[in-house]
Amino acid sequence: MTSTHHTTTPPALVPKAPRGRQSTRPASVSPRRTTRVIILSATALFLGTPIAALVGFTIRGGLDGGLTADHWLGLFSGDLGAAAKPLAAGVQNSLVLALVTVALMLVLLVPTMVLVRLHVPRWEKVIEFVCLLPLTIPAVALVVGLAPVFRVVAQIFGSSSWTLAFAYVILVLPFSYRAIHANLMAVDVPTLTQAARSLGASWFHVLWDVILPNLRRGILAASFISIAAVLGEFTIASLLSRTNLQTSLVLVAKQDPYLSNIVVVLSLVFALILLIVIGRVGNQPRRSRS
Amino acid sequence: MLPFGAYVLVFLALPTALAVGSGFADGDGAFSLSAVTGLGDPVILKTFWNSVWLSALTAVLGVLLGAAVCYALLGMQPTGWLRTTVDAVAGVLAQFAGVPLAFAYIAAIGINGLVTVFLRDRFGLDLYATGTWLYEMPGLILPYLAFQVPLMVIVFLPALEGLKPQWAEANAILGGSRATYWWRIGLPVLLPSLTGSLLLLFANAFSAYATAAALISQGSQIVPLQIRGALSSETVLGRENLAGALALGMILVMALVMAGYSALERRASRWRR
Repeated sequence: MTSTHHTTTPPALVPKAPRGRQSTRPASVSPRRTTRVIILSATALFLGTPIAALVGFTIRGGLDGGLTADHWLGLFSGDLGAAAKPLAAGVQNSLVLALVTVALMLVLLVPTMVLVRLHVPRWEKVIEFVCLLPLTIPAVALVVGLAPVFRVVAQIFGSSSWTLAFAYVILVLPFSYRAIHANLMAVDVPTLTQAARSLGASWFHVLWDVILPNLRRGILAASFISIAAVLGEFTIASLLSRTNLQTSLVLVAKQDPYLSNIVVVLSLVFALILLIVIGRVGNQPRRSRS
Repeated sequence: MLPFGAYVLVFLALPTALAVGSGFADGDGAFSLSAVTGLGDPVILKTFWNSVWLSALTAVLGVLLGAAVCYALLGMQPTGWLRTTVDAVAGVLAQFAGVPLAFAYIAAIGINGLVTVFLRDRFGLDLYATGTWLYEMPGLILPYLAFQVPLMVIVFLPALEGLKPQWAEANAILGGSRATYWWRIGLPVLLPSLTGSLLLLFANAFSAYATAAALISQGSQIVPLQIRGALSSETVLGRENLAGALALGMILVMALVMAGYSALERRASRWRR
């Protein structure tokens, strides 16, 4: 798994180098327009129908048919039943978890990756291997060993919901690593550091004022992808009997499916916006650095 | 560097060791092979088999459908709105939509789902003539495809776009057709990528939990659900530490598959230099 980052990197998830190769591809190899349209619409129909049904369900006026916006209006007017309580707690917990996870991830990952690149480049493979390891160890298997670890964590930090972030940092490691790594590769860290050092900057100064601004894209992408991952996380929270957005959705779905489906739609739209922003950030033309 | 190492040790290495280790312990923590030998139980073997065929089936279908989508996207501007949207949608569906996908399929083809009702009222077609399959094993196939196909698009599109335009030019100059190009050049060059993607999709389905858990609230048809059962009652089948043994089994399968994947990826990257 050590040398796979450049191929497994989801295009939407990391900043991209501009590519112009496609325009020169001979037309005979690309699909015909009809083929293209048929394949893409068939897939859109196949993957889109359930999503459309999800949205359709939230505006359905009971089993006799008819459309209504009541369920949505109910959400925005704050006029909700008892089912909304656990959901509100779940949303709140997930937002806190996203914040703590992003903060912890950045503090742990960014200085480590920069320092390794500067001082011990031969360790980069090790860092990569470690960061991609969570892809091989299924969360549902990891949780078996996380249960005893979290019994100790609860003794030290208490059992508030934010402590789950300790596990989430591990889960988001592969995504964040790739995003930051792609950015780091495009920046000449050693030269920047030498220049700053020879002008008299302290190490902290170098990291904070010289390296970090150059890693903005990678840090932004890593943060957004982590937020999307934390908001979508179910496995660990559910098996450790914690409450987050997804576990509360499963709970509420049994009492008030309209409410849970509306929140699911909203969360999907939110995740989609996050990923579109990541794609946009990656596609912006870079300012010349030579 | 040190904080990072310590953190990974405590929250990744330690839990993994504990999970695997507990598979080799009896109820009092002493070394014992009883949990591991418990994996040979016919019920457990059946769940592993269920997991394997579900993962294999959705991986093969995911590779075929996903590769077709990649082909259809070939030649599009990567910065265009269509590609940006496809990338983002694929990212959401493939990685962050476990529970939502279960809800979406219940809304579509559940007992009172939109599609179910439509087919019943318009065509007199009963999706559930043979039982409530959506909440059992066969019901997992469609929701699993909904994250397998997008994952295939994410991992395979870069490989497809890595085909060098010079090869197509050479093919055209030598009088080859579109079919010759794909059959003689494209397919052989892409074969390691395709096989690698197949393994990655298999691993992806094998380790997935959320969709199945949200859809199937009772029963332990696949290994992740069996772990759920083992965790909620420590003595399933009268065996202690079954969850640890199951985790060990899962990690072994995953390690094998991912090792194969990374070997194939190295092979595939030869053409990208």
